[in-house]
Amino acid sequence: MATQVVMPKLSPTMEEGQLSRWLKKEGDKVSMGEPLAEIDTDKATMEMQSLANGVLLKILVNEGDSAPLGDPIAIVGAEGEDISELLGAKKSAKEEAPAAKPKTEEAEEKEPEPKKAEATSKPSGPPKEEEPKPVTTPSRDDGRQLISPIAARMAAEAGINLKSLQGSGPGGRIVKRDVEEAVSGKVERIPTAPRLRAVPARPLEKGEVYPPSAYRDEPASEMRRTIAKRLVTSLGPVPHFFLTTEIDMERAADLRGAINELYPDAKISINDVIIKVAAAALIQHPQVNASFQDKNIRYYEHADIGVAVATENGLITPVVRSADLKSMPEIGAEVRELAERARARKLKPEEYMGATFSISNLGMFGIDEFTAVINPPEGAILAIGSAAPKPVVHDGQIVIRQTMRVTMSCDHRVVDGAIGAKFLQTFKQIMENPLYLFLSQ
Amino acid sequence: MAEITMRDALNQALREELARDEAVFLMGEEVAEYQGAYKVTRGLLDEFGPKRIIDTPITELGFAGLGVGAAMAGLRPIVEFMTFNFSILATDQIINSAAKMLYMSGGQFKIPIVFRGPGGSAYQVSSQHSQALESWYAYFPGLKVVMPSTPADAKGLLKSAIRDDDPVIFIEQERMYGMKGEVPEDEDFTIPLGVADVKREGTDATIVARSLMVPVALKAAEVLEKNGVSCEVIDPRTIRPLDIKTIIASVKKTNRVVIAEESHPFCGVGAEISAQIAERAFDYLDAPVKRVSGEDVPMPYAKNLEQLALPDFEKVIQAVREVSYLE
Repeated sequence: MATQVVMPKLSPTMEEGQLSRWLKKEGDKVSMGEPLAEIDTDKATMEMQSLANGVLLKILVNEGDSAPLGDPIAIVGAEGEDISELLGAKKSAKEEAPAAKPKTEEAEEKEPEPKKAEATSKPSGPPKEEEPKPVTTPSRDDGRQLISPIAARMAAEAGINLKSLQGSGPGGRIVKRDVEEAVSGKVERIPTAPRLRAVPARPLEKGEVYPPSAYRDEPASEMRRTIAKRLVTSLGPVPHFFLTTEIDMERAADLRGAINELYPDAKISINDVIIKVAAAALIQHPQVNASFQDKNIRYYEHADIGVAVATENGLITPVVRSADLKSMPEIGAEVRELAERARARKLKPEEYMGATFSISNLGMFGIDEFTAVINPPEGAILAIGSAAPKPVVHDGQIVIRQTMRVTMSCDHRVVDGAIGAKFLQTFKQIMENPLYLFLSQ
Repeated sequence: MAEITMRDALNQALREELARDEAVFLMGEEVAEYQGAYKVTRGLLDEFGPKRIIDTPITELGFAGLGVGAAMAGLRPIVEFMTFNFSILATDQIINSAAKMLYMSGGQFKIPIVFRGPGGSAYQVSSQHSQALESWYAYFPGLKVVMPSTPADAKGLLKSAIRDDDPVIFIEQERMYGMKGEVPEDEDFTIPLGVADVKREGTDATIVARSLMVPVALKAAEVLEKNGVSCEVIDPRTIRPLDIKTIIASVKKTNRVVIAEESHPFCGVGAEISAQIAERAFDYLDAPVKRVSGEDVPMPYAKNLEQLALPDFEKVIQAVREVSYLE
């Protein structure tokens, strides 16, 4: 029986699609899963597949025309079949169950956001990936650090690094008494440097990509909710505030130059350094790598950084997943590749959605400083101005130094002024002395 | 307070409630002339006469149904099962009539009935006569399930059960009828249903035990105390409604739990308590909840095998040592 092909939902925010190009002509044979057309959504150009076997009997929407979601755009059926009834039903098709919804919808509509991880921060996989594996705890033989719930809680409250503990329970499980002993000072704590870079659970397999960051939701406190409620009545729905600092870029520029000298193919930009430093600072300040979720505050485990890219069609922010785990050359290569595809409108939704923090850089346009608008539900965005030589007081002397002004916009519902300021302080500290990136694991 | 046996404490409770309320009557096999297979109903026929102390034929489903009908008509029957093993025959009346009548009649019919009798393990009476059935009855909304562990609890809880407007399953432990304890003589002494009792306070591990396992847990706690492990022993006393709050409060204090029960482990009351602890106090646990249950086999007849199939204080000690990471 002939069926209608309807305009599929190819991105979560899509309301209508423009038929960019038909890949089949009327009379062509089509089989299930075969690309039928290219559709321009609000974000990208995507292929749409046929859900039926048969012949493309009629094209209802011409190239360049748009159709709202669910409207019939073609009819597929057996050769010579009478389709007059379906043509007549064209108008009411929207109300009917769209039997011929292309397969792509199912695959693409999936929220690129990670699945909710458990409180113990199990990471989630990307769609269709295998079972998530825990990454936060140091590995034992089977890759898991065993710890009893009460011991985990007590250690967190006492600020004890679990890596510094030897579990005395079965299989090395850290139990209450181990934490008590550590608290009472019986066990010497191994001092640990501030955590600037997260440790991956395991090396990536070839061709594997980092999934969207795992997260844990913590109930928003009453105070936090009151702050949120009050602030959105004043400035809402995302109450922004802005923090600006000036950064001495001499050493960052040196670092970039040195890396490019050693690895000429890397071609890292100052923006790649900024992404890396922001990721490191986020790991140190998880409160900024967070999102306000009404009743909960969502804390992400990794820094998935959205990088604003200007395209002819407008702004899009491809995401560098787990930037905290990647090297600067890796980040650089990824940003270049993503930006290229962004300009060609070839990004998949999971590639431009679900960042935990964003960076917008207008330095190349000579902008000294600016404020960026937060991309909800992220908690903050960093606006980067141009790095330029400027007279500054350095060691009591007026000297010319490369400086750069950055402004962070914070969602006040989740990030308070002091928290944002501390993050920015760390960002500045690492930026001005990027060797931190290599000192701490 | 006089020290009396659990048998006599139950007898007192029955006598006092029969005297207090004319709507209360007792029926069951051998409860009148023979004065009860376990002599719990001793003297009641003489005192209250054959109209209120009624011998029934060996027809559990029949007299359980009679009881439900009497309760619907406004009386307050106490139905004795010679043992709860025989209540299995009456489950249609208990589960489908008694438990559901209030709901299905839209609140028109209260069923103030007590089904009571001995349950749990007994001495060498084999698979069909030595088993714990509380999880069966606790499973159904509409039934209350009570299991006393001391003579005083037995008296106070039975009086509350008789006065309660809902059907109550009251399971006495067959091996405990001769257990002695101090029992208040006050006729107004009752113990509310749904309130657990902390039988012993402690700080290192919580043992949740009911019925016969309470004295077993207390003995284990005594031995453990000498080894430096302080156990809290909690007796829920009422399985349904379950006083989970008292259990959770204890878990939050000790972080370790052993549940001791005579019943089989699978789908048992201990499984339910364990699940609720995981749901409500996960962050307070220092070790997985450990159950000490009867073995997952029909009760053997042979004395040595029977011994092995039953939980005992050594198994409880072992479990407490495991959750305390002393093994």
